[in-house]
Amino acid sequence: MSGAGPNGLRRLPKRRHLSWTVSLGLLIVLFIFGAIRFPGFVSGQVVLDLFVDNAYLIVLAVGMTFVVISGGLDLSVGSVLGLSTVIAAALLRAHWSPGAVIIVVLLVGSALGLLVGLGIHYLSIQPFVATLISMFFARGLCYVLSPDSIAISDPFFLGMAQAQLPVGFGLEVSPSVPVALLVVLAGVLVLHWTMFGRTVYAVGNGGRAASLMGVPVARTVVLVYVISGFCAALAGILFSFYTLSGYSLTGVGLELDTIAAVVIGGTVLSGGSGYLWGSILGVLVLGTVNALITFDGTLGTWWSKIIAGALLLVFVLVQRLVLRRRRADSGGSKPEEPGARARAWASDVGRGGLRDG
Amino acid sequence: MPAATPVVEMRDVTVTFPGVRALDGVDFRMFPGEVHSLMGENGAGKSTLVKALTGALRPDSGSIAVDGRPLEQASPRKSQALGVSTVYQDTNLLPTLSVTENIMLGRESRWGPFIDRSATQARARALLKELALDIDPAAELGELPFALQQLVAVARAIGIDAKVLVLDEPTASLDGDEVADLFRVIRHLKRRGTAILFVSHFLDQVYEIADRLTVLRDGALVGEYRTDDILRIELVHKMIGPQYAAIEDVAPVDFSQQFAGDSGPVVEAVGLGRRGRVAPFDFVAREGEVVGIAGLLGSGRTEVARLLSAVDRPDTGRLRVSGAGRRVRTPRTALRHRIVYASENRQNEGIIESFSVRDNILIALQADRGWYRPISRRRQEELATSYIQALNIRPADPDAVVRDLSGGNQQKVLLARWLAIAPRLLILDEPTRGIDIGTKAEVQRLVNDLAANGMAVVFISAELDEVLRLSTRIVVMRDREMMADIANDGASSGKVLTMIAGGGAP
Repeated sequence: MSGAGPNGLRRLPKRRHLSWTVSLGLLIVLFIFGAIRFPGFVSGQVVLDLFVDNAYLIVLAVGMTFVVISGGLDLSVGSVLGLSTVIAAALLRAHWSPGAVIIVVLLVGSALGLLVGLGIHYLSIQPFVATLISMFFARGLCYVLSPDSIAISDPFFLGMAQAQLPVGFGLEVSPSVPVALLVVLAGVLVLHWTMFGRTVYAVGNGGRAASLMGVPVARTVVLVYVISGFCAALAGILFSFYTLSGYSLTGVGLELDTIAAVVIGGTVLSGGSGYLWGSILGVLVLGTVNALITFDGTLGTWWSKIIAGALLLVFVLVQRLVLRRRRADSGGSKPEEPGARARAWASDVGRGGLRDG
Repeated sequence: MPAATPVVEMRDVTVTFPGVRALDGVDFRMFPGEVHSLMGENGAGKSTLVKALTGALRPDSGSIAVDGRPLEQASPRKSQALGVSTVYQDTNLLPTLSVTENIMLGRESRWGPFIDRSATQARARALLKELALDIDPAAELGELPFALQQLVAVARAIGIDAKVLVLDEPTASLDGDEVADLFRVIRHLKRRGTAILFVSHFLDQVYEIADRLTVLRDGALVGEYRTDDILRIELVHKMIGPQYAAIEDVAPVDFSQQFAGDSGPVVEAVGLGRRGRVAPFDFVAREGEVVGIAGLLGSGRTEVARLLSAVDRPDTGRLRVSGAGRRVRTPRTALRHRIVYASENRQNEGIIESFSVRDNILIALQADRGWYRPISRRRQEELATSYIQALNIRPADPDAVVRDLSGGNQQKVLLARWLAIAPRLLILDEPTRGIDIGTKAEVQRLVNDLAANGMAVVFISAELDEVLRLSTRIVVMRDREMMADIANDGASSGKVLTMIAGGGAP
């Protein structure tokens, strides 16, 4: 085994990129298909509209990627997005200034994330359950604030909804797109170029190893959910630019679309691996499927769900294959028992991180 | 020769757990530039001593000093700060990150708040080069063979300027070449002046790499020796300790009764083996025979048992079961052919603590009959009561919850469970560990009776005298290989000890 030569080893690192390169390939295939099938599908504006229509989903996916790489899951993002639109609309109706409204919304989203993170780390609540609680809580709060849709007539929000920024060649995007791209840029920097980002991956590998390596597990877990909450709130603001209303039913089920985008982007749900730009590709793949169905015109929009399901299946299978090959390669390495990581993590959290063996 | 001042000095260290004195006033020292091996059987206190040194637990009394500085209010972080680095057996690294990231995590080169990737990688590369390891720092750790992962763990450990490197069972999953690689790195570190604590069950490896040994037994210090000065057979004696004779007085066993029928083979293994666990071996268990498996902890005793009972899947060879048309490959089919493995791991692989004695006894029988043919309540009571009487289980209450029973009685419940399905081959892995001497004698008597009635029994025990006392045949394991399969003619004690020790024993 030690004879594995340098050539063999040098070829390997590409494999961690395999998942997201597959998404990129798929995106290209979808575009080629669109180009052949529908004249005018491949145009600059169609591509830009993908970003315009999915800006909020891109922002959600950035937060979700942090959470999933850390080994968790955030089911609350759809509800937090909905709550954010309702809070924004309600405060604007009460004639708050738009700047103050945006700050309050972002603080509420981050605070919910903070509570979720604290619960997950210090009370050892599973991420699924903790974020499920937060999901119901945020959704319920929407109805308490206002059961009916509230229209937004604030001039700043109206301006954001109508503004079109020229990007050259006579093409335009809404202001949501640069905001989303800034979030992506910040996310990439933090996740891939800072020590905090490294520790997110470390924590996602299983808490015991990370804490034995001296990594600040608690801080990382909590911060990851704060980031996700913040992103959900920001996505809510972008969404209200898009719809100019706050409504308690906004974003129902959106958390699942977000998770789908992250998975299609090559991030493994068990944590520890994935790339932020993969999730963005995942959003674009889902968006392109929707665009293709819109172009076709004869297919119901439910087809997009069926296709999204099929794509997810394909990606999960690809991930399985990658994992299996990895296992075969690592020879003596023990195959990981399903759930072992989660259990080690849970027990680790419970005991404060000491090895018991 | 070791330098004059020790780098690690543990004095009179005592650690108690509820009911157990895990370490009892133990002194331990290590010198710079030496490889020191910690020797002892199960429960000797090795891992407790390692944990005390690495700060994973705090001793009740005694002092620990590293490089002259005391380790107080111990924690892993404090111990690391004093220069003690540990590589754990299951290599606690992060498989989805790169080699560089694993080595440098937490001390990356930075440029403002951002990681300077190329500088970090360069440092990792330099570290790997210093250890003469040909590993690409950009490779993903999980894609490397396990042995290389372990060497990466060593690189990470010494990167923290380690004065003392603790290697806990580092060779447990490595093959020969991989061990040679690890030893090369160890020798290199030794020349650098690092003190290395090498914890291993493999005597050959200990004799190859260690300069000195400390032997522990039952939580107490037996002694510290230079490897060159102590013969293997002496070492094994010191690890195993004086053999008790007392058990004969407690419960004499009638060994005159022997199985009278034809001794047909029940199972036959040909070239059965599993890579990295146990080398291919041949084995036959016949009716009415007690085959004892002797060997040190980690010698492959349990692995043999698990292969014979199809609990683990072999890579090579065949397991033939008399009366079985097809190959037996799963524990379920093995059970159907009445091959039973009673695990040494009573808590996790045996007893169901929250169930009653009756349910624990009957669960295997019920599973064997199929869940759609329930055993009637009255029959359940009868069976449970008869086993409770036959095995003298205390309290004699079928509805007692097993959690409340003593270890010995739990062991008897487990035995009853397997006896209830009338096994042809009963494999007992350390059935007498952690139980009192009286119960131990009862279990021994039971094994003898079962064999006399035609059952084939494989009996594994860490205590050699027990194996010698009960077995008609003895299989000796050493370093995951079956060394011998000999008849127990009463005079084999010395021979068996010699084979367990191996190497240059007299």
